[in-house]
Amino acid sequence: MDTVTIGIVVFPGSNCDHDTEFAAASFSKVTTRMLWHKDHNLQGSDIIILPGGFSYGDYLRAGSIAKFSPIMREVIAFARKGYPVLGICNGFQVLLECGLLEGALSRNRDKKFICRHMHVKVVNNCTMFSSLYDENEVLNLPVAHGEGNYYAPQETIEALEENSQIVFRYCDASGNITEEANLNGSVSAIAGICNREKNVLGLMPHPERASEALLGSNDGARMFEGLVEHALG
Amino acid sequence: MAYKVKIRVTLRPSILDVQGKAVQHALENLGYSTVDAARIGKYIEVTVNEDNNVEAERISEEICQKLLANPVMEDYSIELEEIN
Repeated sequence: MDTVTIGIVVFPGSNCDHDTEFAAASFSKVTTRMLWHKDHNLQGSDIIILPGGFSYGDYLRAGSIAKFSPIMREVIAFARKGYPVLGICNGFQVLLECGLLEGALSRNRDKKFICRHMHVKVVNNCTMFSSLYDENEVLNLPVAHGEGNYYAPQETIEALEENSQIVFRYCDASGNITEEANLNGSVSAIAGICNREKNVLGLMPHPERASEALLGSNDGARMFEGLVEHALG
Repeated sequence: MAYKVKIRVTLRPSILDVQGKAVQHALENLGYSTVDAARIGKYIEVTVNEDNNVEAERISEEICQKLLANPVMEDYSIELEEIN
């Protein structure tokens, strides 16, 4: 493949769509397409990103209404064919609601909206989303969410562990997984998971907000770069 | 015939309800020492136009499963009331 087309879905209430486009378009050979939620085709996208924000105002539950947008039927079929789909923050919530990923996100343990940089450990670097990171590397990524407390029943957590589907965990600056570092109270300090097939990933931290040193960290850039490299083959 | 459907969606008992906890603390501060637990859920009312309650109930069940509740962390209950 000579060029890569990255499609970014825009729901009413998405607010990280342009930041995501900016981060994704910073690589050569990348074309981006903004995909309106009412669209029915992915315009030749090789990679789909569901950005952060508050789709449909987070009414009912975060991501619950977005999952029935016309574009999501195409995104689900695209994911089931094995193509890469990345969900960031609200995008992660949408992926969980539509069943492409397992579990749910509930309110943060301490009831607060958390908006700050956090340390995130790369637990699995054998996915197309994390291949440019070292195993156990500690990333500096910003989070901004009120409902990021990952929950799944014990048997689901065990299955995620067994299949190496946990990709990112909250940690302290030295990479230790501790209760204090796990600010939102997620089960098993989960910050990001992928599906069994490893082509769909959702995470609460915002890699697009850490795509240049000027933003305080460029640790997120390698996630997009890894995806682009993977698509270029 | 129409039915008013009263739907209650609640967090599973195993899920920490941070909103409920905050409310309980506020009640404690107000001096209600006998109020022991507060859990917050959602109440949703819909009208279903169907000829019989079996069908109305089936639809209510379906919309809870599909959209109104998230079965990973929520339970729901349905109550049907006939209206004219």
